[in-house]
Amino acid sequence: MFEALAGRLEQTFSRLRGRGKLTPENIRETLREVRRALLEADVHYAVARDFVRDVEQRAIGAEVLRSLTPGQQLIKAVHDALVELLGGQTAQLAHSHEIPTRLVLVGLQGSGKTTTAAKVAALVKKRGRIPLLAAGDVRRPAAIDQLQRLGVQTGVQVHAEPGEADAAAVASRGWDQARRAGVDYYIVDTAGRLQIDEEMMQELERVCAAVRPHQILLVVDGLTGQEAVAVSEAFHRRLALGGAILTKMEGDARGGAALSIRAATGVPILFVGTGEGLGAIEPFHPPGMASRILGMGDVLALAERAQGAVDLEEAEALRRRLERDEFNLEHFLRQMKEVRKMGPLEEVLKLIPGLGGKLAQVPIDGRDMARVEAIVLSMTPGERRRPEILNGSRRKRVARGSGTTVQEVNRLLRDFAEMRRMFGRMRKGGKLPGLLRGR
Amino acid sequence: MGSFWKKIADGMKKTRAVFTANLQQVFQRGGALDEAFYEELEEVLLTADVGVETTQALLERMKALARERGVSEAAEARELMRAAAAEVLARASAAGPRAAAASTNAAAGAGAAAAATNAAAAAEPRVILVVGVNGVGKTTSIGKLAWRQTRQGLKTLVVAADTYRAAALEQLAVWAERAGADLIRSQSGADAAAVAYDGVRAAMSRGAQVVIVDTAGRLQTNRNLMAELTKIHRVLGKALPGAPHEVLLVLDATVGQNALSQVASFREAAAVDGILLAKLDGSARGGVILAIADRLGTPVRYVGLGEGIEDLADFDADDFARALLEPLGAGGE
Repeated sequence: MFEALAGRLEQTFSRLRGRGKLTPENIRETLREVRRALLEADVHYAVARDFVRDVEQRAIGAEVLRSLTPGQQLIKAVHDALVELLGGQTAQLAHSHEIPTRLVLVGLQGSGKTTTAAKVAALVKKRGRIPLLAAGDVRRPAAIDQLQRLGVQTGVQVHAEPGEADAAAVASRGWDQARRAGVDYYIVDTAGRLQIDEEMMQELERVCAAVRPHQILLVVDGLTGQEAVAVSEAFHRRLALGGAILTKMEGDARGGAALSIRAATGVPILFVGTGEGLGAIEPFHPPGMASRILGMGDVLALAERAQGAVDLEEAEALRRRLERDEFNLEHFLRQMKEVRKMGPLEEVLKLIPGLGGKLAQVPIDGRDMARVEAIVLSMTPGERRRPEILNGSRRKRVARGSGTTVQEVNRLLRDFAEMRRMFGRMRKGGKLPGLLRGR
Repeated sequence: MGSFWKKIADGMKKTRAVFTANLQQVFQRGGALDEAFYEELEEVLLTADVGVETTQALLERMKALARERGVSEAAEARELMRAAAAEVLARASAAGPRAAAASTNAAAGAGAAAAATNAAAAAEPRVILVVGVNGVGKTTSIGKLAWRQTRQGLKTLVVAADTYRAAALEQLAVWAERAGADLIRSQSGADAAAVAYDGVRAAMSRGAQVVIVDTAGRLQTNRNLMAELTKIHRVLGKALPGAPHEVLLVLDATVGQNALSQVASFREAAAVDGILLAKLDGSARGGVILAIADRLGTPVRYVGLGEGIEDLADFDADDFARALLEPLGAGGE
């Protein structure tokens, strides 16, 4: 998400790292770079300016801690200020005692409201609650169709009234249906609109008056530039937003909009959208995000994904096997499936501290993994347990069976041997990567 | 003044006020062209998404112009800024290889001429491929583009190669009907390149003069989807040698510096040679196109100015610079 900004800051800080003393001049020089990085990351001009001012005061006024080098101390000050700006605590989706909890999604055209509405519904459902979606976008051609199809895909009911032009009426009758059906969450999608379109903003006020939502969520395109401030301020002024969702964050957007929205409105960012799949929505973690901005990797997000996807007993068994040096291709296969459950491989790897930037150029994708899987699956159980028995003719057979080449089979076996050696070293060092240690 | 200026002024009038008020303050506070003045101007440019690097370049150019022309008053500086911005944009337009041929002139009479040229070129349709990230307004823009063609009496066919997004086809169908264009459709989930190929072949057999190919929105970092785009581009050339004749990247006017990455990636994957800047009727100024022109040299061809089918204008560098920098009502209409 923030790799580029992270890279930029890392570059700046690496120049500081060697220095023993932090003078007001090199603080200022560094912070000029920080400001530039923030601006290139699309953080709003005024937000970047205030942020830098804030950090400068902290850095100059702060006592020099013995435990840190001056450079580290400045990094820490930047980090702390970023966390604070991003919101400190992780914010939650509303959950009211009154049933159903009502959410309304609003935003500009093309920010991703309809897809996000379906993602939020899927998330609610995954948490064991029953959602109902309402198709309140009565403007865009086929918006109702789109939501209905997403409803089918996620197994969520959709209240829709094709032909009805009054969005507030649709939302209101949808609420009736939600009450009758006894669902836990009622989620209203609305038409995209410009925050300066008075007529459309009034329509939105009518929708909200009809539904009396517990939380109004602003959906913002993560690629947004300086406009993020004007847009979020305008929606917030009229509707009292309860949160924001940043979309399209699986790309290379630096996502400065997150900082801008938060600084301009104080509204917390609840989620980030990280892909086209309907499960591709994640809680927003300010501390993790700040670490990520500073090139420390988003450990929290990774932990959360791992927690959601990995079978803990399985992970523990794997750890024991690794420690006893019994890791073979059978286990590798199982492990690969676990990792895959966490999401697309590129995404998972990006979250690992220190890897994010370096992987940007390396082409890794799900298809490579599928080929590897095919190769392993084409082996006999005996071969998987003892890869060393794979001689030339066996390798040829495996290559034919998996639709690959002997070279690819060789490469896999080489990589696997290397991996085992690596684990061996880690075992001796007494440290396995956190991901593989049962949590 | 051209209709571009009028449209853009109408489209942007709702909140351009804030921006121009800032600018007005900057230009009208009087005094000398000093550092304080340039700092204020820098803020104005940065908040318009022009970006750090290009803002610096524009300010440098402006300072040079000020020296050349002996300008020292802030009040006279607006013309320098406009000139510097227009220069950057014009350079990109000139660099675009198909600039002259691609842009359909809005001036009266040019439409008929274009139609005649097209008819002379026998039954080979002109193929326009439209690409972009999700939610930028591709489908709406295609509706507007199609209407422009049909309005000029050109038989136009729209190909729905967005086989991914739920209900994308229905949305495009509505726009094609509004525009009076034919639509080639396929099953949802079909191979996009195959649909594009069939679309162009169908257009040739039906004697269509213009084919506009819609594609699914995709983030430029998604390698698989970008590879699919490359394939679509290649396959269009197989269906009709020389196609696509124009590849338009649609950008959302609210986009920030990520637009640079979008242009670079889509250009690599699908040989984008022009930009359609959509949603310029909002409060966003789309200043990033200056950065794109400055750093990548890709020109803007069209701007989208509303949700109506006629809300699409040819891009004009001079007028854009004026619209960006001049207060309302002072456009010399």
